[in-house]
Amino acid sequence: MATVEGSNTTWDKAWRYGLLVLVAAIFIAPLLFMVMSSLKPDPQLLADTSNLRAFLPVGDVSFDNYVGAFQRAPVATFIFNSVFVTTLTVALSLFVCSLAAFSFVFLKWRGQGAALGIIIATLIVPFETIAIPMLIVVNNLPWVGMDGLTVGWLNSYRVQIVPFIADGLTIFLFVQFFKDLPRELIEACRVEGATWFQIYWRVVMPLSGPVVATAAILKFLYMYNQYLWPLMVTQAEGYRPVMVGLEYFRQLNPVWGELMAYLSVITVPVLAFYLVLQRAFISSIASTGVKG
Amino acid sequence: MAASRSRLLTSNRAGWAMAAPAFGLILLFIIVPFALAFGFSFTNQRLFSPNPTQWVGTANFEKLLGVAALTLEPERDASGAVALDDDGQPTYPRLRGYTRNNPDYPHLAGKQEWFSFGWGEDRVYVLASDVVFMKALRNTFLFVLVVAPLQGGLALLLALMVNQKLRGINFFRTVYFMPVVVSIVVVSLLWRFIYDGNNGLLNNVLSWLSFGAFTPVDWLGNPSTALPAIIAMSIWQAVGFHMVIWLAGLQSISPTLYEAANIEGASRLQTFRYVTWPGLRNTAVLVLIVITMQAFALFAQIDVMTKGGPLDSTQTMVFQAVERGYRKQDIAAGSVISVVLFLIVLTISLIQRHLTREKT
Repeated sequence: MATVEGSNTTWDKAWRYGLLVLVAAIFIAPLLFMVMSSLKPDPQLLADTSNLRAFLPVGDVSFDNYVGAFQRAPVATFIFNSVFVTTLTVALSLFVCSLAAFSFVFLKWRGQGAALGIIIATLIVPFETIAIPMLIVVNNLPWVGMDGLTVGWLNSYRVQIVPFIADGLTIFLFVQFFKDLPRELIEACRVEGATWFQIYWRVVMPLSGPVVATAAILKFLYMYNQYLWPLMVTQAEGYRPVMVGLEYFRQLNPVWGELMAYLSVITVPVLAFYLVLQRAFISSIASTGVKG
Repeated sequence: MAASRSRLLTSNRAGWAMAAPAFGLILLFIIVPFALAFGFSFTNQRLFSPNPTQWVGTANFEKLLGVAALTLEPERDASGAVALDDDGQPTYPRLRGYTRNNPDYPHLAGKQEWFSFGWGEDRVYVLASDVVFMKALRNTFLFVLVVAPLQGGLALLLALMVNQKLRGINFFRTVYFMPVVVSIVVVSLLWRFIYDGNNGLLNNVLSWLSFGAFTPVDWLGNPSTALPAIIAMSIWQAVGFHMVIWLAGLQSISPTLYEAANIEGASRLQTFRYVTWPGLRNTAVLVLIVITMQAFALFAQIDVMTKGGPLDSTQTMVFQAVERGYRKQDIAAGSVISVVLFLIVLTISLIQRHLTREKT
């Protein structure tokens, strides 16, 4: 690995570690403050901001704010909605996008160049520029459900899931990965009489662990952290995800401790997930860079 | 061999069937809304309206982007000398006389003052049909122009730091990347507390560092500090993402190049200038494009922290698009902003692509 060479004196090392630790403090401090504050009653929380106690679990520490937060808002519903929408979207996205990428890379069919070109071109369309007209689209879409045929998708799970199943980046990541797989293997399977779907499901997907991890992590972060779209399409609290649920904690004079407790509840599990899988997270971001 | 390969792999039906779900969804949820945005921007479409939608041509664009300049001479007294007001400043005719029902200035009708500057004795007034949008446009560009180089540069510094061969370096990589996995909405709420004018952490830290000499600032409540505060927070949240992309670029540079530079006796700076930087050129372009795209979409921070205020100092294009298109249910007005935003992003990505093509 390429590394800057330098004199390895003790001083040199101390200086380097000092800088690394200082920068680390800048990144950790706000998050540490969030978690520690969630454990304190408001008067103490506010008083502690003037000294280092802000970052320590000292004083009158309890989980009262967490109890208060769950009483103030249907927090469990928000969490369920987020987890449900995110999980389902990630799973469907991995399937639909990898299937399309398989078709683009291993099969030959009329119009595939144009279709792939259009999909890649959508990468430069920021979601924010189509969010407003998308409201009109989902407001006019039909759906057949329990109560028969209805029109309009606002206030539902599907409006948060279906539009995000297929996206250019996920397809692109799978296409890049599939291109490096040996084509002879696919041809051999074809000669043996396997159907295309069998080759996709039994041969290609089991080889695709790394790209599945990358695509899943990127999609997970995107979906879980979404704000603008669920804000626009979920007026009913029954369908709202965690980021929109924040409304309940943002009144004029908020209970700061409860706000911090809610922020911790929706953030710490993701942080823990990241810390456990940090190599996969970091390499998934890195791979979007190298290949783009 | 080539013939048998293509025969084995050719399958129009299977090919279409497998690509159709993804392609259909992208068509319905990206291409159609995208086309609608263009269509709506020439109409008076609303989300729910009893009246039929009408074609209005380019009226929306004129209402959004109309800008005009008006040079006014100072008012003079009877002798012809410039009349001064109580503060000793020259006075100028009221703008209202030009922008309201003045048949001599039809192009100024309905426009309002955006800003003005002195030009000799005269004063030049720049008028805009939509002053709030002009401020949003200016703020968005300011945000992009500051964030792109600053965040890209800081990310490179961090990448160089965590690319050192030191024990435990992976811990620091993990920590620097941590804010990236936290939602920007959460970060914005958290930082509202940090930026608070009374009990804010930042004020307390600054006054502690300066032994009490620092006067507390209401960072988000002050028009001159609100946007810089949001810029600093946005960089804090996202810089780890680009650090990782730089790091991947750094690690793709062949170690033999560094060995050669070492043998030649190159200094650290020379090594960076002649080995590291040329190897990072493609990464640099990618990082800049990604940051620029993300920066133009600035919304959540504004919505959570300032709602565009104080005094429109943090208005942005996407915030205005949502404000009009969704909160005021004026789809046409939101779509026009979306189209303008898309054209800007497209132009910039074409320019960036053109620049990279020449260099490689």
